[in-house]
Amino acid sequence: MKFRLYRFHPESGEKPFMQDIELDIEPAGKMLLDALLAIKAQDETLSLRRSCREGVCGSDAVNVNGKNRLACITPLSELKQPIEVRPLPGLPVIRDLIVDMEPFYKQYRSIKPYLINDAPEPEVERLQSPADRALLDGAYECILCGCCTTACPSFWWNPDTFVGPAGLLQAYRFIADSRDEATAERLDNLEDPYRLYRCRGIMNCVDACPKGLNPTEAIGRIKSLLVKRRV
Amino acid sequence: MNASGAHTGTGSWLIQRATAGVLALVLPGLLVYFLIALPVDFAGWRVLFAPLWLRVSMLLAGLALALHAWIGMRDIFMDYVRPVGLRLALYLAVIGTLAATLVWLAAVLWGVA
Repeated sequence: MKFRLYRFHPESGEKPFMQDIELDIEPAGKMLLDALLAIKAQDETLSLRRSCREGVCGSDAVNVNGKNRLACITPLSELKQPIEVRPLPGLPVIRDLIVDMEPFYKQYRSIKPYLINDAPEPEVERLQSPADRALLDGAYECILCGCCTTACPSFWWNPDTFVGPAGLLQAYRFIADSRDEATAERLDNLEDPYRLYRCRGIMNCVDACPKGLNPTEAIGRIKSLLVKRRV
Repeated sequence: MNASGAHTGTGSWLIQRATAGVLALVLPGLLVYFLIALPVDFAGWRVLFAPLWLRVSMLLAGLALALHAWIGMRDIFMDYVRPVGLRLALYLAVIGTLAATLVWLAAVLWGVA
C-alpha cells in the first residue's frame, strides 16, 4: 500500500516534508495504526502517539486524507491511496505526527471540567434520576482526542479565546449535570463574544468526531440556556 | 489574556438571529409584492410606494439588515483584524456606512411622497 507521511524533525533544521512510503501489508481487517506501527518498525525515527489501540484513549488522532480520525479505528481497506497522514491541524507540531495539545488542554481546563458541589457529601453517592442521567448521554463519552476542535476553523483563528467544540461539549456536560451547583458561574464563564459565540455552526466537529458525538448540538443547548436566562 | 466576562455575546447573537428571522420573512414578501405589480414608469413606482405600511416595513427591514450586517462584519473583523486601532477604525467605517445608508433609505422612501 502507498502512504504519504508528514515528517518533521526540528533538530535536523530541515523544513517539514511529505515522505512517500510503500508498505507490504494486507489491508483486510487491519487498521491504519497497524500500518503506521509497521512503518515505524522499518524506520524507527517515525514518531506518533498511541496507547490503547481501540479508540478509547484518544491519543492517536491524526489527519488522514484530509479528515481528522483515530488511526486505531480507521480501517485500512476504506482509505484511498496514497494514504496521506498528517498531524492534527491547528496545533503546533512537535515532531512528525505529534502535536502540542496544550492549547487544546488550556481551553479544556478553562471550563472547569469537574463536578462543583459544596454541599456536604452524602452517605452514599450523589444520586440522579434516570431522566437527569439521560441528559449526560452524548456528552460524557468524549475521549478528548482533539479531532473536533482541530477541525474547527473558529478554533484555528482564535485558539487562545475560543473554547472549541470539545471544551464546549464538556462545559455542557457539567452544566447539564443535576449534581453540579455551579451552573450560573459556568454560564457566566462562557458568555462573551469569543468563548462560546465564535462557533458559527460550521459543524466540522460533528463530521470529525470518531465517537459520533455532536458538539454543535451541545453548543446550541448552552445558547438556549443563556437566552432563557436573559429573557 | 482572558477576555471572558464581557457578557455581551448573547445579546449580539440574539439580535443576529432575530434580524435573520425578520429578513427571511420580509424580503420574500417584498419581492412578491414588487413582482406582482412591476411598474414600468415613475408614476407606477410612486403608486407602489404610496402605502405607509410599505414604507415603514421597508425601513424596518433596512434596520434589521443593518443590525445583521453590523454584527456579521464585527465578527469578521474580530477574527481577522488583530490591531486594535485598525479594528476600531473599520468598526466606525461600517457603522457610519450602515447608518448613512439607513438615513438615505428613509430619505428615498419619504422623498417621493
